[in-house]
Amino acid sequence: MPTNIDQSSQPTTVNQQSPVIKVDSGRLLMRRKLRHFYDKAASVLIAIGGISVILAILLIFLYLFYEVIPLFESAAIEQVNEYRLENADGSRSLHLAIEEQSEIGMRIGSSGIVDFFDVKNGTLRASIAVSLPNSATVVNFALDTEESGVFALGLDTGEVVVASYGYETSFSGEENTRTITPVIDYPFGEQSFEIFSDTTLSQLAVRTADNSLVIAGINENGSVQLVRASKQVSMFAAFDLDGDDINVEIESFPVQFQVADVSQMFIGGDQRWLYFVSANGLIRTLDLRSIFNGESVDFDIETFLTQGGVRPTQVAFLLGGISLLVADDEGGISQWFVIRENNQTRLEKIREFRSNSSPILRLTPEQRRKNFVSVDSEGYVAIYNTTAHREIFSKDLFAETPHAIALSPRGNTLLIESESGMLSLLNVRNAHPEVSWSVLWEKVWYESYSEPDYIWQSSASSNEFEPKYSLVPLSFGTLKAAFYAMLLAAPLAICGAIFTGYFMAAPMRRKVKPLIELMEALPTVVLGFLAGLWLAPFVEQNLLGIFSILIVLPAGILLTSFAWMQLPAQIRHSIPDGWEAALLIPVVLLFGYLSFVVAAPIEGVFFGGDMRFWISNNLGVNYDQRNALVVGFAMGFAVIPTIFSIAEDAIFTVPKHLTYGSLALGATPWQSLYRVVLPTASPGIFSALMIGMGRAVGETMIVLMATGNTPIMDINIFEGMRTLAANIAVEIPESAVDSTHYRILFLAALVLFMFTFVFNTIAEIVRQRLRVKYSTV
Amino acid sequence: MKKRISTWLSAGTPWIWMNAGAVAICIVMVIGLLLLLTVRGMSHFWPRDVMQAIYSPPSSSGAVQSTQVIGEFVESEFIVTAQITSSGIPVDDSQEFYERQLLKLGNRDLTGADFTWVLSDYLDDIEYPQNIVALERREWGNFYGYLTEVKEDGLSIPNPLINDDLKIWTDFNQRLERAQDIHDEIYRIQKREIGEINYAVERLRLDERRLQLDEEDTPEALAEINSSRITLNSRYELLQSELQLLYQEINRDTAVFVAANQQEVEIKLSDIVRAYHPNQLTLIAKFFAYFSKLAEFVTDEPREANTEGGIFPAIFGTVMMVMLMSVFVTPFGVVAAIYLREYARQGFVTRAIRIAVNNLAGVPSIVYGVFGLGFFIYIIGGEIDQIFYPEALPAPTFGTPGLLWASLTLALLTVPVVIVATEEGLARIPRSVREGSLALGATKFETLWRVVLPMASPAMMTGLILAVARAAGEVAPLMLVGVVKLAPSLPLNGNYPYLHLEQKFMHLGFHIYDVGFQSPNIEAARPLVFATALLLVLVIAALNLLAVSMRNHLREKYKSLDV
Repeated sequence: MPTNIDQSSQPTTVNQQSPVIKVDSGRLLMRRKLRHFYDKAASVLIAIGGISVILAILLIFLYLFYEVIPLFESAAIEQVNEYRLENADGSRSLHLAIEEQSEIGMRIGSSGIVDFFDVKNGTLRASIAVSLPNSATVVNFALDTEESGVFALGLDTGEVVVASYGYETSFSGEENTRTITPVIDYPFGEQSFEIFSDTTLSQLAVRTADNSLVIAGINENGSVQLVRASKQVSMFAAFDLDGDDINVEIESFPVQFQVADVSQMFIGGDQRWLYFVSANGLIRTLDLRSIFNGESVDFDIETFLTQGGVRPTQVAFLLGGISLLVADDEGGISQWFVIRENNQTRLEKIREFRSNSSPILRLTPEQRRKNFVSVDSEGYVAIYNTTAHREIFSKDLFAETPHAIALSPRGNTLLIESESGMLSLLNVRNAHPEVSWSVLWEKVWYESYSEPDYIWQSSASSNEFEPKYSLVPLSFGTLKAAFYAMLLAAPLAICGAIFTGYFMAAPMRRKVKPLIELMEALPTVVLGFLAGLWLAPFVEQNLLGIFSILIVLPAGILLTSFAWMQLPAQIRHSIPDGWEAALLIPVVLLFGYLSFVVAAPIEGVFFGGDMRFWISNNLGVNYDQRNALVVGFAMGFAVIPTIFSIAEDAIFTVPKHLTYGSLALGATPWQSLYRVVLPTASPGIFSALMIGMGRAVGETMIVLMATGNTPIMDINIFEGMRTLAANIAVEIPESAVDSTHYRILFLAALVLFMFTFVFNTIAEIVRQRLRVKYSTV
Repeated sequence: MKKRISTWLSAGTPWIWMNAGAVAICIVMVIGLLLLLTVRGMSHFWPRDVMQAIYSPPSSSGAVQSTQVIGEFVESEFIVTAQITSSGIPVDDSQEFYERQLLKLGNRDLTGADFTWVLSDYLDDIEYPQNIVALERREWGNFYGYLTEVKEDGLSIPNPLINDDLKIWTDFNQRLERAQDIHDEIYRIQKREIGEINYAVERLRLDERRLQLDEEDTPEALAEINSSRITLNSRYELLQSELQLLYQEINRDTAVFVAANQQEVEIKLSDIVRAYHPNQLTLIAKFFAYFSKLAEFVTDEPREANTEGGIFPAIFGTVMMVMLMSVFVTPFGVVAAIYLREYARQGFVTRAIRIAVNNLAGVPSIVYGVFGLGFFIYIIGGEIDQIFYPEALPAPTFGTPGLLWASLTLALLTVPVVIVATEEGLARIPRSVREGSLALGATKFETLWRVVLPMASPAMMTGLILAVARAAGEVAPLMLVGVVKLAPSLPLNGNYPYLHLEQKFMHLGFHIYDVGFQSPNIEAARPLVFATALLLVLVIAALNLLAVSMRNHLREKYKSLDV
């Protein structure tokens, strides 16, 4: 392109022979058109380029929003199909479940037959009968958990059969077609467990953990019987395809006293507590561990789950078997769990949910998240998340009275059976139920904690983990780091800027400014590395020395200043004004060194020779080697040049005639600085502080390297912190794309972005105003 | 006296001096930091004398256990007696402080740790024997000891004169040179030739898959692929057998050393990188060794989980990334600046944009990293993979962190720097110059291209240099978008298409973070990290000083035009 223009713009009129310029000659016209075209094309291209770069920058903001918004969307449910199961042998459904891929549904009937059917349309796939002892009928049903698939059938003979349902997935053929085969298994053997020999069971509970099984039964008289079975899996079990090699050891534990009026009974997830719920809402617990140890027992907890005549309709465990969900006949659902405090155990009501006032009939927990689905007698379906204390979905979906509900493991398919045996299939879209305003920014009462708290703990090894996404400890850590950094940086940078911008001699200023700019360019990874590997151990060993600098150094400078004034004038005048800073460099070095020398004996006398030890022992203050003090130093170092150069700019550009005027009226240089320059430049200094703060808040590498990165909330200068930025750097590479965790990290980035953007914008506007003001003064 | 104090106070002198003190502290801090880096970073390569001593600290059982220590002195410090006694060494309480020394013992395979602290008071018989040998090994770190004999195929070399150390040493050195040559040859074959074959085989697999996906997998095409695969395989076999031979050759020689406490060790010559008599070196020889180590540091690949050897791949990766970034950032930054300053209608919108652009320079870099990861890698990269690289799926090609995304992310991060600098340059060009050009009949674009831009070019350069300096030091976003601790090959190599934009790369800044904080042997790696940090700081400081001097030059140049 340039060469073309070159020719076109070359004056062709230099031709000596023809002084007359033919402006309208074809060639020139053509050329002019071309030039015009180039000009237009360039305008368009530059405009497109410029606008697109600016849009690209905007895109960052929009994209962060785009990733974050799904977090706050509600769930959606739509009905897909409605059908009746073909195999209606007249039995009631005891339990309904859906398999992982939402392909196969399962129904355990009261006849002991398990039907597997196509979830889409109800076509029967397989029908497997649980092997029951002769002529026994099923009177009770108890489920361990959906995940294990273990269930127990209580028989009229007082016996119990334990079986499990599961699926085997195989891939075959060219296209790798997936075949899912339903299986009924007997993990603790096919034999039945005798709970009572003469009476039938009125309530049944079952719980498995690893290789042990606990069955609890209660009969009409209220006698409780416990059976524990442990499975010894031989080393070769993996090769033993028939599963004959299982060796089950069974023990019985009768409970000595009677429990009257039990409407529901179940065992907690760790096989620790046996819960009895009576119709009036009274809940009682027995400690199974003491029973198994043969100790005499009494109820550990006796509490009313409901008050004022409200009766519980269903009680179920939330994922993990820690929390109890209690639904009542007035439409309320409450979450409870056992809290241990000072050797006292109590069952505490954590939170309550309510959407409608009709009795809640069915409740089912989700298998991977702390969600649950409830259906009330009027067909109101609601999805809740306990941690977020959030109603994610609530709608009148159903006209009939529900009988059973099932939620698929992935939480994306819901199956509701009505009293009339009609099954309705619903698709659920519920991507991020765990997030709400209260989860992110308020205290949340997490499972097994004795009180609500701010906690960030995004992942754990267990599936049943309750993710804790409080951004408060991270924001706190961010502000704490920024605070300590500003504590060092603000006075040093502003004082330095005042001297450099107002007092310093021009030749020295020309050397100091690039030096400070160089300081700004130092990669933060280098600062972080020095802070973590050099400064942190150094500070730990010379703690008192560091603190004594705060006193010794200013005192030393004042002393030098005074001593300098007392020197004979000849010596004083040999160094021109504005070179004090250079003079002070050896002084700073000397007194800096002195403060460490002085610190050692003081430490020996007052702190037993080791201040760090003294702090943690005598003051009881926790001391981390990589702590806020170290971060304050390192990040302060990184922030000083930012504040310095902007503040210095503001002070230096204060119109000179203002100070001249002040000096001419007899003010000392200090007075004119204090009364004239600083008030004029103060908006600039303010914006410098804002920008410095913004930088301290967003700094990643220094905090990543110079702190322990533990998300604690403690203002203690000797402890570390985790900041938003460091948290993103640590966790985002491991978080699954589009998961809640991933989006929350984006939210953290958005918070950082907004925070710094707002700070910087305020600072920038202030600065622009200031510039206008200077130009008019 | 009182009067003196009051005059001193009333003139505000103490405050002025306090402010001067702040400047002095800043200066001391910057220079101190640079000095610290320089001293720690540069001293690492200096071959230090190796000390031999008997260490007999008191023990709680009363029995004094003497051990021989051989090692380099690293540093010493004073600690309080209480701290020593609490660690289980019953020293005399009457002495308040004890001096302790950190010694680098090396011989990690024998002692388990590279470093040890010893109390100076309990070191006896300190000497610096002339014939101690220091070895730098490919594994297990340094070794200090005495060379006793050299073996070939497990048999001692007959030595006519007993205890002729010099002869053994020359023999050892000749054999070491041979082993190193073979090692280089093995390295060349493995890395270069076999690497090429592996790459070609992988490409063939992808080609085949691609044909299948496009349903063009005709027998002829497949046969062609197969035949080239066979050629490659046969070449591979050939190289393998060559390697086998070389391995036999390289393992021929071993040397027997006696380490501290008369422990005898047999070391393969192939494991040795460098061997010297540290206590025999003259000053000149030390300088020579120093620069050879320095050269190794800059040009070699890392060894032992990055804690030893060189940092060449990290330097190369940083340079590549920065260059690519410059390619992206310069045109876009300059165009945006020109648009803002020359074409856009000046008003509220441009002012707002200017503020926004200015602010973006202050947005935390990690936010750009998050954006790069989510937008560039997962969205755009994922899309590119679907369209252009379906044959490699489910393994991602561009849908994973890599050089291209890192450069783009940093380009986005530094574009405000270029825009601001260029705009500043454009604003400094006096109106009269433009008007002169326009009055002569030039179009707006011609004025821009022939007059304005050449005058603004130093400003653009300044912007670019500042952008490069910022990009070179940035680590946080790179951790998300493409940097790894150890890349198997350079992003620019002999395999078609030579420049591998999708590859992950190493980076100086990340190297510092990784080796300093993630490596298992931090104590041993620390000097290397200091050296790396120094190198990074030097590069960035040089770039910045260049930018500053260009800016000053530019200001001087246009000052005259203003009048």
